[in-house]
Amino acid sequence: MHDVTLTINGERRTVALDARTTLLDALRDHLGLTGTKKGCDHGQCGACTILVDGRRINACLTLAVMHDGDTVTTVEGLGTPDDLHPMQAAFVAHDGFQCGYCTPGQIMSAVGMVGEVAKGWPSHASASLNGKPELTEAEIAERMSGNLCRCSAYPNIVAAISAAAKDTEASS
Amino acid sequence: MPDSIVDDKVYATARQPIRHDSAIKHVTGGAVYIDDMREPVGTLHLAPGWCRTYAKARLDALDLTEVRAVPGVVAVLTKDDVPGINDVSSSFGDDPMLADGEVLFWGQVVFCVVATTREAARKAARLARFEVVPGTPLVTVADALAADSHIMPEYRFGRGDVAKSLKDTQRRLSGQIAVGGQEHFYLEGQVAMAVPGEDGDMTVYSSTQHPTEVQHTVAKVLGVTEASVTVETRRMGGGFGGKESQANQWAALAALAARVTGRPCKMRLDRDDDMIMTGKRHDQVASFDVAYDGEGRILAVDLDFASRCGYSADLSLGVNDRTMFHADNAYFYPNVSIRSQRLKTNTCSNTAFRGFGGPHGVIAAERIIDSIAISIGLDPLEVRKRNFYGPGRDVTPYGQKVEDNILAELVGELEASSNYWKRRTAVRSFNAKSRILKKGLALTPVKFGISFTLIHLNQAGALVHVYTDGSVHLNHGGTEMGQGLFLKVAQVVAEEFGLPIDQVKITATNTAKVPNTAPTAASSGSDLNGMAAQAACREIKARLVDFVSMEYGTPADKIDFRDSQVIIGNGAVPFREIVKKAFIARIQLSAAGYYRTPKIHWNRDKAEGRPFLYFAYGAACAEVTVDTMTGEMKVDRVDILHDCGKSLNPAIDIGQIEGGFVQGMGWLTTEELVFDGQGRLRTHAPSTYKIPTASDVPEEFVTKLFDSPGNREETIFRSKAVGEPPLMLPACVFSAVLDAVASLKPGVIPPLDAPATPEAIMKAVHATRRGGV
Repeated sequence: MHDVTLTINGERRTVALDARTTLLDALRDHLGLTGTKKGCDHGQCGACTILVDGRRINACLTLAVMHDGDTVTTVEGLGTPDDLHPMQAAFVAHDGFQCGYCTPGQIMSAVGMVGEVAKGWPSHASASLNGKPELTEAEIAERMSGNLCRCSAYPNIVAAISAAAKDTEASS
Repeated sequence: MPDSIVDDKVYATARQPIRHDSAIKHVTGGAVYIDDMREPVGTLHLAPGWCRTYAKARLDALDLTEVRAVPGVVAVLTKDDVPGINDVSSSFGDDPMLADGEVLFWGQVVFCVVATTREAARKAARLARFEVVPGTPLVTVADALAADSHIMPEYRFGRGDVAKSLKDTQRRLSGQIAVGGQEHFYLEGQVAMAVPGEDGDMTVYSSTQHPTEVQHTVAKVLGVTEASVTVETRRMGGGFGGKESQANQWAALAALAARVTGRPCKMRLDRDDDMIMTGKRHDQVASFDVAYDGEGRILAVDLDFASRCGYSADLSLGVNDRTMFHADNAYFYPNVSIRSQRLKTNTCSNTAFRGFGGPHGVIAAERIIDSIAISIGLDPLEVRKRNFYGPGRDVTPYGQKVEDNILAELVGELEASSNYWKRRTAVRSFNAKSRILKKGLALTPVKFGISFTLIHLNQAGALVHVYTDGSVHLNHGGTEMGQGLFLKVAQVVAEEFGLPIDQVKITATNTAKVPNTAPTAASSGSDLNGMAAQAACREIKARLVDFVSMEYGTPADKIDFRDSQVIIGNGAVPFREIVKKAFIARIQLSAAGYYRTPKIHWNRDKAEGRPFLYFAYGAACAEVTVDTMTGEMKVDRVDILHDCGKSLNPAIDIGQIEGGFVQGMGWLTTEELVFDGQGRLRTHAPSTYKIPTASDVPEEFVTKLFDSPGNREETIFRSKAVGEPPLMLPACVFSAVLDAVASLKPGVIPPLDAPATPEAIMKAVHATRRGGV
């Protein structure tokens, strides 16, 4: 067993874990944070997407011990029912879900993705590799293609992300 | 019943685009799925054990010594541990929960490990030693046909002298189309947690569309009364039919483990195990022989479906019957014979999947129309319209009359709004100039029968309590899987009592509150449970009206419920005050509502009756671009017009339509299940099985609700069911691909099978260039 210390949603927490425990299982089974979902446990569906040091990753594809000292944000830390993060509010406003199981991953992925665009990272859908990409629907769809939604609420998911990104841009 | 009804009443809650009741919970991670529930102390975890080498084998011996030796293993369950009946089937008795002397498909559960951790259970599950004698598995439809292997007798119905019509006609064509299956890929996999109680009682939390059947199955397996078992389902992370019958096994295993160990037990399938072990949409081969006239009107159809059911019957009877019920889609066949063969193979037991067999019928019908259009050089839309049901041509092959012929109007509207004819010209000129890229355009209709064809399932119950503070507790037999059923039924209740939606408490489906329910399936959730809840509300309201009428001396017809008040003549009293007074006056404030669908009847032996209360309609138009060098395909634009009657919640319904469309498009374009020659599923993870992502949604995607006067049948607030019908709208994408490939050689019908993967498209391109073979 190894002691792993993480700053999760602003709170410093230490847990003793088997070295083979994924970050996802650490969150769900050891830290009581079940908002992050397990869809495929293979890094292929995106339901477990969280932010580590501000970057989006699949929590099922990384071991918790690799993140000793890291800062982790899960959907529970993004906003609360009384104080939603703009991305969460946009998903509510645009009905960006049906069964809801992929939703935490979609939202965390979207927040991370908007950050990547702000840093000027291009995608397969970007017209140019230089300069800040414009967050068109095609850009959003391409950059969110690692997050599956079997209910296929995609039109509303894309609309929600688009609206939230515009709001963020307008207020920054 | 008048020919048309118009119900334009404005309601406070019903028909409003209210957001999903769990919206805030979904976006904050607060919505609890079964795997999120805080586990009771001492909870054990299950992992299934199975023979990874063969799809068909005689099981001579099973050595579990090493399995039991793994630290943390508490018990290992085999068929010998089952105190009741070792069967988890819905009705046919042919689904052993744990294999009994033989392996019938690759993935059949032989034993089950129960351990203190999930990791220990999974690790141990791989250590069994099997002594088996392998057999030759039947894998494909062709294998089963060659071996004459059937899971149940074939079924056929029709009318007229089809053989004579086919012989006498001047225009006749025949063809065949293979249409693949589909993995449900509910994001939340199969999961159940069982908690043992006193006196052998068992509470099971199950991710199921059919809590009643899970209850019955657990009771059967444990050998206890149904009254000893309670099943609860708050929500599922997707179901799509995959949790209608196939949630039984995992819940029953968890319950058996709980019985054997006396501890709470949880069974959550690993994703690969889930995809390998659970049934999928059937795959079918449809063969047709058609006679038609010079205008493209169908004179006779001889249609044969060969369907891969897998190793057991499961729901294959109903699924394949529904294929036959939809083999006409929206078209009148004057002379017709429809046959369905249900084949037994050594593959997973195929099951319900949104559309329940109907989609295969629709695709066959559309291929017939496309084939006729290509053969006589008419636009496919023209041929479709000429074959629509209409006055005097309005009886289906199974004898039900089509009473509301709204499809011509609906299609006409979409034809105009999608600019079909202008775009047809544009597509033609694009194709004339473009050598490699070819465009295709298609507009296809959907007519989908609403009601369970197993008539006794068309009933529902609800339980409504009004508390003395005026809040309302709602429970019914329907389950929530993201389709918004709980919200829709709550809207009905809020509307009835004139309360805001947040005064209605939505509660988990529970077999102890509402018993003997039907599965949430067949698109019937809100039709059935909405009516049952309304009946419960009206019973309570009737008691309140009697009381108020006496108390205030006001005639009953001057008493109404709205704006959180009871309107009494010219005055009004807050609802909560009336409720409090009623309680003091000893008026019962709770009621159980019940509903059974009227008018429907079906005699399967005689193939006559009225299996459906009504039809839901829709149409969609797709434009695609196909790269004839690589087989790549892109959907450029889709326009949808769909009929929800008077929608109970337009926001929810549009979500269902868009989602159903994309899911159906996945089935027809990218989702390919591959079994190898030994019967092993090679596509058992999302890495190899391609479900649509955000980037697969058409660039231009316009969805509108048909401006309906309301369902002509007396459904809940005149709405129409919406769960399944939209899944068949993307038939237009499949037909548009065919249209694009057909442009390579006019008059040649491309032998395009579904799904239209790049590989399938390339095969069709080459065959078309060769002249169709």
